[in-house]
Amino acid sequence: MSEKVKFGRSKVFFDTFHRRPGPIKKNMHYCPGCGHGILHKLIAEAIEYHGIQEDTNLIAPVGCAVFAYYYFNVGSISVPHGRAPAVATGVSRAKPESFVISYQGDGDLAAIGFNEFLQAANRGEKMTVFFVNNSNYGMTGGQMAPTTLPGQKTTTSPYGRNPETEGYPTPVCEIVNALTAPVYIERVALTTPGRVANAKKAVYKAIQNLKERKGFSLVEVVAPCPVNLKMSADQVNEFIEKQMLNYFPLGCLRDKTADMEPGKLPAPVIRDEESVRKILFPVRSENGVAADFRNSSAVFDQELRVKIGGFGGQGVLSLGVMLANMARLRNFNVSWMPSYGPEQRGGSACCAVTVSRNTIPSPIIDRGGNLLIAMTQAALDKYLPELRDDGVLIYDHTAVKLPQLPETMQTYGIDALAIADEKLGSSKFANSVLLGVLAAVLAKNGMNEADKADFDKAFAEAVEEKFGKKPGAVEANIKAYEAGKAAL
Amino acid sequence: MAKKFRVEVTADECKGCGRCIAVCPKKLLSRGKELNIQGYFAIIAENPGNCIGCGSCFYQCPEPGAITIFEEE
Amino acid sequence: MAYNKRLLLKGNEAAVYGALLAGCDCYFGYPITPASEIAQAAALLFPKLNRTFVQAESEIGAINMVIGCAAAGRRTMTASSGLGISLKQEGMSYLAAYEMPAVIVDVMRGGPGLGNIGPEQSDYFQVVKGGGHGSYRCLVFTPNSVQEMCDMVYQAFPMAEKYRMPAYVLTDGVIGQMMESLELPEPVKYDYDPEWKMGRRVNGEANIITSIYMEYNDLEALNHKLQDKYALIQKTEQSVEEIEVDDAELVMVAYGISSRVGQGAVQALRAEGLKVGLIRPKMVFPFPTDSLQKAAGHVKGFLCLEHSAGQMIEDVKLAIDCKLPVRLCNRMGGNLLTVADVCAAAKNMMKEI
Repeated sequence: MSEKVKFGRSKVFFDTFHRRPGPIKKNMHYCPGCGHGILHKLIAEAIEYHGIQEDTNLIAPVGCAVFAYYYFNVGSISVPHGRAPAVATGVSRAKPESFVISYQGDGDLAAIGFNEFLQAANRGEKMTVFFVNNSNYGMTGGQMAPTTLPGQKTTTSPYGRNPETEGYPTPVCEIVNALTAPVYIERVALTTPGRVANAKKAVYKAIQNLKERKGFSLVEVVAPCPVNLKMSADQVNEFIEKQMLNYFPLGCLRDKTADMEPGKLPAPVIRDEESVRKILFPVRSENGVAADFRNSSAVFDQELRVKIGGFGGQGVLSLGVMLANMARLRNFNVSWMPSYGPEQRGGSACCAVTVSRNTIPSPIIDRGGNLLIAMTQAALDKYLPELRDDGVLIYDHTAVKLPQLPETMQTYGIDALAIADEKLGSSKFANSVLLGVLAAVLAKNGMNEADKADFDKAFAEAVEEKFGKKPGAVEANIKAYEAGKAAL
Repeated sequence: MAKKFRVEVTADECKGCGRCIAVCPKKLLSRGKELNIQGYFAIIAENPGNCIGCGSCFYQCPEPGAITIFEEE
Repeated sequence: MAYNKRLLLKGNEAAVYGALLAGCDCYFGYPITPASEIAQAAALLFPKLNRTFVQAESEIGAINMVIGCAAAGRRTMTASSGLGISLKQEGMSYLAAYEMPAVIVDVMRGGPGLGNIGPEQSDYFQVVKGGGHGSYRCLVFTPNSVQEMCDMVYQAFPMAEKYRMPAYVLTDGVIGQMMESLELPEPVKYDYDPEWKMGRRVNGEANIITSIYMEYNDLEALNHKLQDKYALIQKTEQSVEEIEVDDAELVMVAYGISSRVGQGAVQALRAEGLKVGLIRPKMVFPFPTDSLQKAAGHVKGFLCLEHSAGQMIEDVKLAIDCKLPVRLCNRMGGNLLTVADVCAAAKNMMKEI
């Protein structure tokens, strides 16, 4: 007669724990009578039973189970204290085809990592969390944990946990049960053969949920820690049965998995180069120019430094962006910088635009500007000193009173808001009016015929890029732009 | 014919915690008197052939391979 | 199809384009000014390529998700600003110990404490010197334009993978939030599948990733290995731009927005006939020691431009063994140096040395 193994070492464990330092290679490092070993066996069996060993990743905590990867022959990472559910989220999102287990103790999960844990549960991450609750911090030498019972003496509660100052044991399953996303929540214990049989069912179920990608499962295991509690095997079982279970009642708090279809894998990541180009790169406009195109007018040879100031809602920032886009479409280097600092609040708005054929040094314009568009008196007063004596000033003549200016300075008073309102029925077209004004100013300053036509085309291209196929938007902005050109 | 089982304790893999002793319905397990290589008084099985194969001791044991239960074929 | 690869983007948005074109699969982030546009652009663009964007519960959550994704053998990134980077330091130390690549963008703001949302460069110490526990370094790119925000994120991935270590892209609120024209790079041909990734089976045994070495000699060996790697990087990967340095009597040293102001100052001072140059580290780890030592052979001194109380200046002094005067021209609290400030400081220094 021959024999077969009915109950024995799981094949998910290494046969010899060669990663474990020291001479002992067949045993785990846990203390005699520790619950971790029992739970490890149940998990290993369940992984083997469900046939997912190849694609299982086990996230090991900081705590006694930090060396779980000595034992399980599955992908594994030992992570910062309490962060296992966040790391598990990263693994699960990166490799949705894998099966991710977060294995945590009570200090790791319910104290330093409670946020990571609860948030992963609330997102309904596709993972299973095994939570070992043994009422103390094991690895560091039996300190008080969130699960320590009132009155229980530990190395950091030598007079017993005082609920007045240290609160009550954290009911992890009950808290998670207040969330909507988790699919399965059960608390089990390991004290008797009957309890272990239930624990085994719960572990198998949680691993099955993982295999079927059903969502977030939590199994809390009320586990013995005889060494830190200074108890024998029988005493620790009695402590669990008579005391711990009063605070941590056993049972299934939730199982939504029965009427759930297995979860589906997300669509595969798009990586092939042409698809990436198609999705990320805009299509070249019909109004576009070649990469080596250069506007030939001398006025474009110098660095154009523009400041635009007004109050919020006047479109100051978007006027700057529009100008910057026109320049970019004509192969200029361009910087657009919003104003910084306290003046940003209190309703004022300002941006600086630099346009150049060459590399732009500082994008900050604090002097040497050659164009200022001032929509308010405050903006004029503030930014006029930055404008060169031979610069161009475009201002809203209804809002701004000009001081004495150098004779070399060109000034153009325009009420763009009124023009936009009158010609287009809305002041929101004032930016396009002002760009029309700018076209006329550049024409006055020597922009040649070819570039005059190209400036119009560049404006149309920028508008088209911004508004796309929105009916009427392109035409209306071009109309406003033409009105601006005519206004000068 | 009733199935036959046999419980085996690998002495050097046992840490002598004693969790298995109380759960054996046939009371086959007890604490031995010799230290194993790890320095524990390992559990021993008397009359291992009287095992009924319930697995209670296996699942109470925190070690992966300290207890094995065989079934005769 | 004819595509237009010249765009006008914020530096923060450009970082996301750089990541996607470099083959980054997953973004994990938490909102913080002035880096939030990175998370916003990632939330918009990653799903278009069926890639993953997760708004983490915290900065700590985000960096640990990055750890998980990197361990799984996928390209991943996160971004934040000073306060958030402080919180991420635990995870950074682990990444260094695991020897795992990841890209972290730091758009610096004013500190210490809650500080403000204005631009500063005061994360230099925590980013360049390690920041978390243990003796480790990270690669640190220092873009000074929107183009470089894109390009350096794009380059950070392969370099982080080559050396198996985290790479920072360290910039400031100005570069992050201003818009500039840029030319997007081509999407990479994706072939990333690292040998060491978690769960890969080698002779039937699943790879693990860990940073715990209980044997003292094992941990010492890891530290030696890391230090050897850093020494090799310091020797071979220095990256710097030199402007008008060859005949300079005074050389300014600046990265990020300070270097743009410095560039303006060099132009202005040269126009006045003053022999001033600029050394602009494009990476600050490795630090451009060779460039500084070479310049030290002929200049009379160095002027560091920083938006901090003076952090990089320590590395400049170390690079030249304190053999020449090194001075600081700085602003803090969100205030920016102007070209005029820098010109005045440079002239002053030239008079005195």
